[in-house]
Amino acid sequence: MLGKTAGGLFWMQRYLERSENIARLVDAGFRIALTRSEAAEDEWASVLSTAGVRQAYSQRYDKVDGSSVINFLLRDKANPSSVMSVIEGARNNARLVRTALTREVWEATNECWMTLKEALRTQISDNELPDVLSLIRQQSAQVRGAQSGTMMRNDIYFFAQLGTFVERADSTARILDVKYYVLLPSLSYVGSSLDNVQWETILRSVSAYRAFRWLNPGETNPRNIAQFMILDQVMPRSLAFCAGRMTGALEAIAREYGGAGESLTHASALSRELAATNIDMIVDNGLHQFIQDFIKRNNAISALIEQEFRFYH
Amino acid sequence: MTGDKPHFDEMLLPDGSVRAPYSEFCDWYSAQDAARLRTKARDAENFFRRTGITFAVYGEEDASERLIPFDIVPRIISGREWARLSRGIEQRVRAINAFLHDIYHRQEILRAGRVPVELIAKNDAYLPQMIGMDPPGGIYTHIIGVDIVRTGPDQFYVLEDNARTPSGVSYMLENRETMLHMFPELFRKNRVREVSDYPRKLRRSLAASAPRACNGPPEIAVLTPGIHNSAYFEHSFLADQMGAELVEGHDLRVVDGRVAMRTTQGYRPIDVLYRRVDDDYLDPLTFRPESALGVPGIMDVYRAGGITIANAPGTGISDDKAIYSYMPEIVEFYTGEKAILENVPTWRCSEADSLAYVMEHLHELVVKEVHGSGGYGMLVGPAASRKELAAFRAKLKARPANYIAQPTLSLSTVPIMTRQGLAPRHVDLRPFVLCSPKGIDITPGGLTRVALKKGSLVVNSSQGGGTKDSWVLDE
Repeated sequence: MLGKTAGGLFWMQRYLERSENIARLVDAGFRIALTRSEAAEDEWASVLSTAGVRQAYSQRYDKVDGSSVINFLLRDKANPSSVMSVIEGARNNARLVRTALTREVWEATNECWMTLKEALRTQISDNELPDVLSLIRQQSAQVRGAQSGTMMRNDIYFFAQLGTFVERADSTARILDVKYYVLLPSLSYVGSSLDNVQWETILRSVSAYRAFRWLNPGETNPRNIAQFMILDQVMPRSLAFCAGRMTGALEAIAREYGGAGESLTHASALSRELAATNIDMIVDNGLHQFIQDFIKRNNAISALIEQEFRFYH
Repeated sequence: MTGDKPHFDEMLLPDGSVRAPYSEFCDWYSAQDAARLRTKARDAENFFRRTGITFAVYGEEDASERLIPFDIVPRIISGREWARLSRGIEQRVRAINAFLHDIYHRQEILRAGRVPVELIAKNDAYLPQMIGMDPPGGIYTHIIGVDIVRTGPDQFYVLEDNARTPSGVSYMLENRETMLHMFPELFRKNRVREVSDYPRKLRRSLAASAPRACNGPPEIAVLTPGIHNSAYFEHSFLADQMGAELVEGHDLRVVDGRVAMRTTQGYRPIDVLYRRVDDDYLDPLTFRPESALGVPGIMDVYRAGGITIANAPGTGISDDKAIYSYMPEIVEFYTGEKAILENVPTWRCSEADSLAYVMEHLHELVVKEVHGSGGYGMLVGPAASRKELAAFRAKLKARPANYIAQPTLSLSTVPIMTRQGLAPRHVDLRPFVLCSPKGIDITPGGLTRVALKKGSLVVNSSQGGGTKDSWVLDE
């Protein structure tokens, strides 16, 4: 496979994953705004930080209000991380690697782009938002479905997997990075209603509110949430799960190519450490430091992958 | 233009009766519900859009992707008509390859005085780098798309020999897929010759032209200028269908005397490069130094027998519009036979007498740039305003050698589906020809382009033309 093709698959998938993550953040933010209007502005500001576009936003708008944030995050082409921008990025990469995609995957991606271009053409009102968000979810689910049903499990598939899990790990880690303080054990705030809202938001922004309830019936506390988001081995957006999948994809590529490089060494080290530690140790050593460290290591693995498999010149 | 001129309709005779190849189709059509057909036509458009069969139009403000309109009425050619056409095409393609070999070697045709020396020597399409060079397998034009128009039951003219990087074959294939999908019943009634194995034949044909340096199964790649090129869809389509890598200049590099592509596991040599990049951009060390689309050093590798470039550099000299006018002589010179397909009479404006004639009869002629393509920079005299004619006269005067002129042919028509029912529109045909050391293969049919505007003779997609599925009946 061409290095460029591997890079195109990786980025196509990162962008697709990002579109879903942004839609989730908007969904969670919107819910807070509806149920807790006094917390809305803070919540939208932290959504912008999580998406990594707070600065870009403030260059265009004076104040943080729901409608501007929603439109900035979903449809503004000047925002490189808006859903429209990343869907276009995903589709451009899909065109670039067209020969590595099955017809089904290409058509689902192309249709996703055509449908969302139409849906995001004009300003989105609060009334339309729920429909638009479910459309985004639906479209990206179709691409994912086509991938899972039609792609051969060779290097093509695994480079796409790497894109998914590098991006997802980054996204979950950013959510934690912005909200880590509400997960810290603190006597004065435990169980306050504001905390409850914040905890709920975190879980909603990874679409795991319900899953958490099933796994932890009756027991919502910051320790459990942090454990769930960071170390849970079956929650598909936890840091440990993402690191495990990255490692698995790199191992599969190493088997196919008959040799492994540094990226696998780093990914499996990260994966092993996450399996060996527990949440109390992480909190004792500093939760914020841990998350920032994770983001750095995830970025380093991504850079090693690019280099090792010759994505660029 | 001349919608009023009498023209040959391929479906209906002047008395209103149906020509034989269309009889099954007409029976079927008259039993169809118009509204259902219109729905089907919309389905076809959605299918093209979803599949991404689009092209970019240069110079449009919103450089977005557009669809080439597809008309559901097939263009039908009888087996007998095709037999004669394909003989004529094969003869012409053989002559073109012989001409190219000659012109880059002993130049017998110039010595014999059949083609003027200055037409070659002063021609930008003639590449001195190719002199004395023997391309692998002796093939210059691996892929040719010959543009043919029809003016009567047995009158076929070659309008252009596209011997550089002809495009459109993906539309030929997708048009057929679309028709099979929409109207399977039509294919039960008519025995239509298959086109779908073109990609496999293309691969086989390219593999048969592998260079000396190739050991093992030939590694084939398609070179594209990139996703912003108007024909990118076709480049990726062909690579995909052939099972070949789709590469850009920056994926390639000369490594150990071979052109190699950067893969996830290091550089891997390419044996045959089907390039969809013009000669000028192929090698910045040899041609345009600023080109980022090509591969520095590829021409040295080529000359040393390390790679096959398809088509060979320098084939443009054979489809040049000034050379075109000598094609009857060229065919005769190399094959010893009269040309089966006719050439459109052509005035070369570089010649004083011809220029004077063209100036005087501009309003009835079609004038083309010698190196132009895609219908850009061309004048259709009968359709031009007084002002346009005057402006073109000035251009002709300034650079006469840049132009040729031809009479406006009364192109045949085939009906398209309109809101008011079937209506005749002018068409041309581009059959696709593969050449390899093992022989010449012509896919039955080709791409039919159709002018959608009533009376218009301009079929180019960049100028609002559409396409049709083209059938050759198996009789």
